[in-house]
This record gives sequence, structure tokens and C-alpha cells, in this order.
Amino acid sequence: MLELRDVSYHVDDGSKKEILNHINLKIEDRFTAITGPNGGGKSTLAKMIAGIIQPTEGQILMDGEDITNMSITDRAKLGISFAFQQPVRFKGITVFDLIRLASGKNVSIEDACQYLSEVGLCAREYIKREVNGSLSGGELKRIEIATVMARGTKLSVFDEPEAGIDLWSFNNLIQVFEQMHEKTNGSIVIISHQERILDIADKIVVIANGSVSKVGKKEDILPELLNGSMNCRHKAGGCIHG
Amino acid sequence: MDEIQKNLLLQVADLHEVPEGAYNIRSDGESAGRRTTENIDIITKTDKPGIDIIIKPGTKKESLHIPVILAKAGLKEIVYNDFHIGDDCDVTIISGCGIHNCGEQDSQHDGIHSFYIGKNSKVRYVEKHYGEGDGKGHRILNPQTIIELDENSHMEMESVQIKGVDSTVRETRATLAAGASLVTKEKIMTHGTQTAETKFYIDMNGEGSSATVSSRSVAKGESVQIFYSEMNGNNQCTGHSECDAIIMDQAKVKAIPVVTANHVDASLIHEAAIGKIAGEQLIKLMTLGLTEAEAEEQIVNGFLK
Repeated sequence: MLELRDVSYHVDDGSKKEILNHINLKIEDRFTAITGPNGGGKSTLAKMIAGIIQPTEGQILMDGEDITNMSITDRAKLGISFAFQQPVRFKGITVFDLIRLASGKNVSIEDACQYLSEVGLCAREYIKREVNGSLSGGELKRIEIATVMARGTKLSVFDEPEAGIDLWSFNNLIQVFEQMHEKTNGSIVIISHQERILDIADKIVVIANGSVSKVGKKEDILPELLNGSMNCRHKAGGCIHG
Repeated sequence: MDEIQKNLLLQVADLHEVPEGAYNIRSDGESAGRRTTENIDIITKTDKPGIDIIIKPGTKKESLHIPVILAKAGLKEIVYNDFHIGDDCDVTIISGCGIHNCGEQDSQHDGIHSFYIGKNSKVRYVEKHYGEGDGKGHRILNPQTIIELDENSHMEMESVQIKGVDSTVRETRATLAAGASLVTKEKIMTHGTQTAETKFYIDMNGEGSSATVSSRSVAKGESVQIFYSEMNGNNQCTGHSECDAIIMDQAKVKAIPVVTANHVDASLIHEAAIGKIAGEQLIKLMTLGLTEAEAEEQIVNGFLK
């Protein structure tokens, strides 16, 4: 359904820097995990799917339609959701406001609470709180995930949902994505370094140095990653780094 | 009361009909209705325009509405309202002024409100300002609020000016006795060529007194806003003033904080932040399907909510 055709992204800050080079990728599975070394271009790719970054070359297609030049808003309306690696804070906008805006309709407080409960937040305590600095990183991440769930679109992209989350919250997060994998009617794309998240995926894509270095079924790729073909692995945190 | 007057009343006091409790409605320079209660008396001043409000000691859970509406173009007035609140009270006072100006001449209402708040009393004071009408005449509001807080009393003041006021100079002066506390929250939005200036002068004279002055504002178009806050810690006290402004278009915003500690145990903080809407906030809401303009509106509405 989502296809990246020969997509590249270069920046020119005095010297030309290649962030993504000729990426060709089809996202059709229920759950695709994108992993790879830091600085490899994963987040750039995720932002490109959401329309936040425009490719310098190539095409992005959604269900066969060329969306390369489509705005963020139009892509969102077409059915693409994006969860930020670092959730944005707002003064005055409440958790309920954000979920209401995300769902695109007048949801009831009960409905909004349901989304919060699904990400492991005690809804009554959070629904009226402002999405500001008074919330912890872990709380903001879960609210960010709840907004994407509330949208219920055919493609949901999560940029490192585990970043900044403590171990206790992380266990909950895994459950959230396991449930999402079971329930979703659409496709989920997760940028992640975490073995336990990669383990939920149907397909794993490894991006390194701006290119797709590996792509395949989880059963084929994950053992390869865990067997140390990557440069480094911190086993204690179950975290795979390049 | 005609539809214009009714709408003004709704905007400034959320009133669809005659409120519960005591009230005094002033319309185009005249009294348009009044009710006193056993505990709240309202007396017309004889030496100048305005009223004296006497709230008996021990009055609890009562409210007073004193909205002012101006629908006649060219009307200019200064009104003096004095609130004498006895000891041990707990009351809510809803004030506000709405101006409808379709004419060529300026309409102006300057309300000078003085609060004398007795020991251990709690007062919540809400003041909304609103302007409408397509005349060339300006809608001008210059309110002054003078607050004297006696020992261990508390006042919470909310002032809101969201729309339609061309020019305003708002001045708030407060003196706090021992244990007294004051919290003021203002919300302002200006657009077009409007100007809004707010000035706070807070004297914390008593031991253990505290004050918070908080201002949130949005300046659009070519409007100009000035926030001035002077906080004097004259005893062991805590003071916090903050100004948070979103600037848009060609608007100008200036924040001038002055915090003065005249006592070694005075603890005073000022925070000021002025800036445009963060790009990432717009992007986040756009990823939820909002257009840039819709995202901007949601951010501004939330900020001033």
C-alpha cells in the first residue's frame, strides 16, 4: 500500500550530505519494524512518509497514488498517522482536546478515556491535564500513541516509541504494540532499536548509511541481527545498536 | 433590553437572564436593574458615578454580578465601584464590560474598582471585557483595580479580554497584609491595530504574604501589547510573576518585569516568554489532519483557554 520508489534526501550545508540514498521499499505487512544504526536515516524516512520532509528525489505512493508533493494535512486525511519521537508540548491544550482533534470528531470523554486506558494511563487522572511540561516523558509518549490510535488510520508510523521511556513503562509499551498488532485493520510501521519490538514485527527493514541494507521476514532478519552481524548489541536492555 | 444589550451581557457575564444572588446591571450610563440580598447591599454613590457594595462579615457562598454594557456610540464614562468585604467571607464577584459601537465616535468605559477585603476572607473576582460593532468609533476600556487584602485573606482575580477592544490600559494595584495571598490571571488577545497595556503594582507588606501575577496573551495583526509588573517584597513573602505571549504577523509585545526585594526573606521570581507559535506544534496538529490555519486557531484557543 505504501511504496517508496528510489527516494533520496540530500542536504546542502556547504558540503552536500546524503541522508537517504535511493530507497526502494514497499510497506504491505501489518507490522513493519525499521531498525538500524543511529544517524542512518530512519527518522528522516518516517518524517518523509508523514510529509514533514520532502524527498529531493524519488516518489512516494500510497495505494498507487503519487503523494510525493502532498502536504502533511492531506496525507493525514488520506490515512497516514505519525507519532513523534519527541512528543510536542502545548500550553493550554488538554489530553482530551488532542484526542478529540486526532479522532476528527466529537468524541465523548468515555471514548477518549478508552484510548488512554489502552496505553496504560489511568484515564480519569489524565483526560483534563494539559499536554505540557508537567507530564513526564513516558506519559507524553503514551498520549502520543493514544492520539495515533484515536485516528485509526490505515497507516500508522511510530518514530522510536521506546525512546525516553523507563523500563516499567517499556513493558507496558510492548503490550500496547502487541495488542495493536492483533487489532489493527491497517499497517503499522515502527522505527525501533528494541529487540522486543522487533520481535512483534512481521517484517524488518534495516537502514544503514541512508540505504536499505536488509529487508525480510522477522524470522530471517532478527536472528541475524541478534547473532552480532550488527556492530554492537547491549543485551541487558535488549537494545540493538549499530 | 434589546438583542444587542442581551448579547453584550452574555459575552461579559455569561448571563442569559437575570442572575442568581445580588446584581447591579449598568447599561448606557444608567442602572438597568439591581437586586440586593440580606448579606450584600448595593448603594448608589452620591458624590460621583458608581456604587458601594457592602458585604457583611461571614457571608459565604454568595455571588454578585455587576456587568456594564455600552451600546450607545460616543458614550464616555468613569465609574467608581467600591467593594467593602467583611471578615470571614467567601464570595464570587463577576464583573465585566461590553461595548457595542456602530457609530463614528469613541465609546469609553473606565471602571475604577476598589476592593477592601477583610481578614480571612476569600474573594474570586472575574472580569471580562468585550467589544463589537463595525463603526469607526473606537471601543476603549481603561479599568483600574485597587486591592487591599487584610490579614490571611485571599483574592483570585481573572481578567479576560479576547475580542473587539481597540485600546486598553489596565492597572492593578494591590497591598497585602500578613498571610494574605493574591493570584491574578489575565488573558488578552489583540488584533488589527489594537493596543493593550497592563500594569501591575504589588506590595507584599505582611509576613507570609504571597502573590502570583500571570499573563497569557496573543498579539495578532499590527497590534501592540505592553506588560508591566512591579512586585515589591517588603517582608518575608513569595512573589511570582509570569508573562507568556504568542506573537503573530507584525505585532509587537513588550514585557517589563520589575521585582524588588526589600527584605532578606522576600523570594521573588519573574518569567517572561515571548515567541511565535512553535513550528513543531503546527506540524503535530497537521499530522492529525488539521490545516495550518486550523492548527494555529487550536493552539491560540488552547493557550487562552
